[in-house]
Amino acid sequence: MSEQPFKPRDENWHPPALYNHYRSTQFRSPNHKLLQINPTRIELTSPVFDHSDIQPLDHDLIHNYATQQAAALGPRIIVHGKLMDEDGRAIPNTLIEIWQANAGGRYRHKNDSYLAPLDENFGGCGRCLSKADGSYRFYTIMPGAYPWPNGPNSWRPAHIHFSIFGQGFTQRLITQMYFEGDPLIDICPIVQSIPNPKAIDKLIARLDLSQAVSMDMLAYRFDLVLRGRDANYFENS
Amino acid sequence: MSNFKELPSQTSGPYVHIGCKPSMAGLASKQSKYELTSKTAGNINEVVSLSLTLIDGAGDIVRDALVEFWHSNKEFSAWYRTACDLLTGGITIDIAKPTASEDSAAYYHVWIAARGINLALNTRIYLPGEDHTKDPLLQLAGNRAETLIANKTNNGYQHTIVLQGDNETVFLDI
Repeated sequence: MSEQPFKPRDENWHPPALYNHYRSTQFRSPNHKLLQINPTRIELTSPVFDHSDIQPLDHDLIHNYATQQAAALGPRIIVHGKLMDEDGRAIPNTLIEIWQANAGGRYRHKNDSYLAPLDENFGGCGRCLSKADGSYRFYTIMPGAYPWPNGPNSWRPAHIHFSIFGQGFTQRLITQMYFEGDPLIDICPIVQSIPNPKAIDKLIARLDLSQAVSMDMLAYRFDLVLRGRDANYFENS
Repeated sequence: MSNFKELPSQTSGPYVHIGCKPSMAGLASKQSKYELTSKTAGNINEVVSLSLTLIDGAGDIVRDALVEFWHSNKEFSAWYRTACDLLTGGITIDIAKPTASEDSAAYYHVWIAARGINLALNTRIYLPGEDHTKDPLLQLAGNRAETLIANKTNNGYQHTIVLQGDNETVFLDI
């Protein structure tokens, strides 16, 4: 079971490599179709991370860059959910990494020159391991919308970048999480490069008052789903 | 039958370093000290040096990609994470020398995330001077197989990955 191949990716679900409204795809999309080939053990296994790879505050972006007693500025939120595969099986003990802009929409990166100021108490980097039941939890602040030079007046919706490892290397996925009710989602070319509205909906986190902490933090629920195993795969096909 | 479907992919964007390679985000980062650069297990006998360049469809060097390498065999497993130099675009990395298996010639799985890449690209790097005749991917790739094989240099190996255009590298759906 552990080295059973994964279900083929649905090319109508993921955004295509070339999407003209997202200008950077113009020169970074291969012309040739992807070559399909059966995986070897390499693609079906993955590096194993553990608690020695994680620092105590890695999951807490409100405090992990702040000076002692200080906290990042912005609306305090919990981002949580479950990591599972397409068969609904929890994926435990695997690495989830996130990064984001600060509350003003400014990234702590030398290449971001947006005039919104940096927050000296916010780095925007977090990571955690999924628990035995697949659950994960981050503490952070709501990122601001962010202007980018795609068109003359282009703004990214508020978003958190996610990088996820699975049990096999080709489950590996990078995606972005958006927040329900954000009017910028419908007009963002990066979001709209996804062809199916049902797929876009999977990237929108929902307000989850059941997990909010009274007088402290709101909460958003965002479940992470990676490729499932291929029940139709036969060893010698 | 399950209701769940894989999340759709989105680009990593140009600031992927903040989350995955903070030492290269260019601003003082408290996370740099603990960034993940490699994960190995088992017995590694030989390490080789690899220089890598990524080129886009306009012929320009890519300077903002995150690249990961993964190899696993009966003796060891090795994962490496690096990013293109923000000024020159170059990558130089020491990696455990991969070995062949019953299923394939010796290769690293290579994974590339960057601005402008909607679904991270998967490819392989094979080493020159080995028996490639029975490798299923190199056979399937035909006259494009050479885009997957590194060149030997004086002190290791060198490889160019072409994202689009002439001599475009073979990318995988796997």
